[in-house]
Amino acid sequence: MIKAKKDDLDACGLDSAAATKHHARMSFKHGILGVFLGVVLAASPFPADAASNINVKAGFIRAPHPQETLSILDIPSADDGIAGAKLAVEDNNTTGRFLGQTYTIEDIRLPPDGDPVAALNGLIQHGIAFVLADLPAAELLKIADMAKDKGVLIFNTSAPEDSLREEDCRANLFHVAPSYSMLADGLAQYLVWKQWKRWMLIKGSHPQDELYAEALAHAAKKFGAKIVEARIYEDTGGGRRSDSGSVQTQRLIPVTTQNAPVYDVLVAADESNVFANYLPFRTWDPRPVAGSAGLEPLSWDGTHEQWGAIQLQNRFMKLAARRMNARDNNAWVAMRMIGEAAARTGSNDPKIIRDYLTGPEFAIAAFKGQKQTLRHWNQQLRQPILLGDGRMIVSVSPQEGFLHQTSELDTLGFDQPETKCNLQ
Amino acid sequence: MQLTMKFSMKSGMGALVFHVAALPVLVFAMATPAFAFTAYISNEKGNSISIIDTDKLEVTKTVPVGHRPRGIVLNKDGSELYICAGDDDLIQILDTKTLAIIGTLPSGPDPELLILSPDGKLLYISNENDNLVTAIDVATRKAVAEIPVGVEPEGMGISPDGKVLVNTSETTNMAHLIDTQTHKIFANVLVDARPRAAQYSPDGSELWVSSEVGGTVSVIDTANPKVKQKIAFAVPGLSKEAIQPVGLRFSPDGKRAFVALGPANRVAIIDTATKKVEKYLLVGQRVWQLAFTPDAKYLYTTNGVSNDVSVIDVANLKVVKSIPVGSFPWGVVIAGQ
Repeated sequence: MIKAKKDDLDACGLDSAAATKHHARMSFKHGILGVFLGVVLAASPFPADAASNINVKAGFIRAPHPQETLSILDIPSADDGIAGAKLAVEDNNTTGRFLGQTYTIEDIRLPPDGDPVAALNGLIQHGIAFVLADLPAAELLKIADMAKDKGVLIFNTSAPEDSLREEDCRANLFHVAPSYSMLADGLAQYLVWKQWKRWMLIKGSHPQDELYAEALAHAAKKFGAKIVEARIYEDTGGGRRSDSGSVQTQRLIPVTTQNAPVYDVLVAADESNVFANYLPFRTWDPRPVAGSAGLEPLSWDGTHEQWGAIQLQNRFMKLAARRMNARDNNAWVAMRMIGEAAARTGSNDPKIIRDYLTGPEFAIAAFKGQKQTLRHWNQQLRQPILLGDGRMIVSVSPQEGFLHQTSELDTLGFDQPETKCNLQ
Repeated sequence: MQLTMKFSMKSGMGALVFHVAALPVLVFAMATPAFAFTAYISNEKGNSISIIDTDKLEVTKTVPVGHRPRGIVLNKDGSELYICAGDDDLIQILDTKTLAIIGTLPSGPDPELLILSPDGKLLYISNENDNLVTAIDVATRKAVAEIPVGVEPEGMGISPDGKVLVNTSETTNMAHLIDTQTHKIFANVLVDARPRAAQYSPDGSELWVSSEVGGTVSVIDTANPKVKQKIAFAVPGLSKEAIQPVGLRFSPDGKRAFVALGPANRVAIIDTATKKVEKYLLVGQRVWQLAFTPDAKYLYTTNGVSNDVSVIDVANLKVVKSIPVGSFPWGVVIAGQ
């Protein structure tokens, strides 16, 4: 075959008569090729139900996450997040074989001072209309606004700020990652169910810590817990690990937590991974720790295996040689949402995909025990919140008894009557 | 102390239903004993098979088997029970007379569900981990075909004439229709999220597929393989997310379908002519799989969270008994005498 093709090319260069002859031969060959292809398709185990063959092209823009973590188990790997999206591309392609659909994803890992807008422009030039983003809130908004006129949809796979779902919401921005308020409410329901209602709050000195602490305080009020005292843990800089690290922290943390009023549980807000993991087993009073360490509210964890999640974990392990974390999972869900919408609508048009995702038919199965749908008012994915201690999943919220008139999942996070979002 | 604990664990909600509502029916049943059948229950966490005498309505024996037993099926003459031991990556063969494991069948990793061809010669197994359905020759105990399907193959159904095998794939959300002669897929039908069971109506005209996460049952026209109707469920006081259809069985006369609704703790009874839900029966917690006694008088349900089996009187549409079994009952099959 290859040899014949080369001969044809040589013939092209000769003269017009030869070229005409070549054309004739080509079309004859096409005929045979067509028949041959037809046979192959008929014999294929994957007959395409949809007549059209479409390619769904996605991109991923991700900012690097700090490598400085208190536990070496938490150091993000080079393929953090994107590995989840790649697994979903594989899953979508398996389904796509039956529908005549193919899926691809282009990964852009920004350097520390990289420009996400330039990255977005590059993806758009490649004809990409669906972009997964693992970016800080301000940069996420920047690319969402950039993408708006181009008809591009953005999927937030990591930023938990409530403002992105409320006053700063955008019509072309979908939130797969849960918000601070959803995480905090998920934790609060469990602590209240346990009757651990007196919380001591300890928060870091970074703006992100303040946002998480606010969500925790709001959750306490919402579900009937009380913050008996709030303390700040100042980040004084310096390295996180040293060969004799435990010696100092063993003395430091009891002092930080002593002279507290009577409390049931120490709740920590440490989004920058500065101190929270030092708290368990080192507090002045013998108390459990929750929040940024101890019992953590999570959208996903490497230890989650209920509701068939072990199947997803196994597939992920095969692909990435590690367990799936929350960012990997959010990216998997985002890519599956795109795949689900494309499979159901037979389209790769972002307008049609958006209509499907925000419409009444959309629901996604994502291994958390119940269907996940979108809050149409701010495009946040409704989802259960896992509570994990790093070894296993302790519980899953919403907890029994926290009722809601439409969906118990809407007991987690700001609800429709409270929303400040006006989608545009 | 330990004994008391065990007792309180096993007396679940289903037992209460029996005491309150179903005593008279049971008395009647005991007055005119039915033929004794044998029900086999796989206990997912108990790593065992509970064996129930359907006349005595109690467990007569518990047989330890491999790790995480889920899908179970009897061979044609009922002499062997095939057990998917998922965590052992094996299918075990249990001799139903001696109750000894007498061998294993090859399976891919993590076998979950399986079905026997109507002639009893082939076993079809769904392998969740590698997107395959494997066909095994029962006589030679060898794999004879591998059929690539969608992501996370799960439910298996077979047409009454044995010509079509159906596999559901949980993440692809399809029912794959496979020609059993060629072992090739000839149609793929998109259904709602996380499809589970696939069952043909007894006359073969319809294929019903339950969608656990979607919360519906899709009715597929087998002549022209497309979804012609979706059946939804609504139980007062329960959120829509809690309604998760899994196990599905038609009564042998084809007039009714019974659908296990998982954490809704109910079995829905559907009139197959009108496709309307006639009744919801409260059973044990996280009701999963269903099986009729061979005389079709009783329907057994496995209730994973309450560790029991509910027995439904089919004529009167009432739960008549709750039988404590092992930990996390999953699958159920019932043999003749």
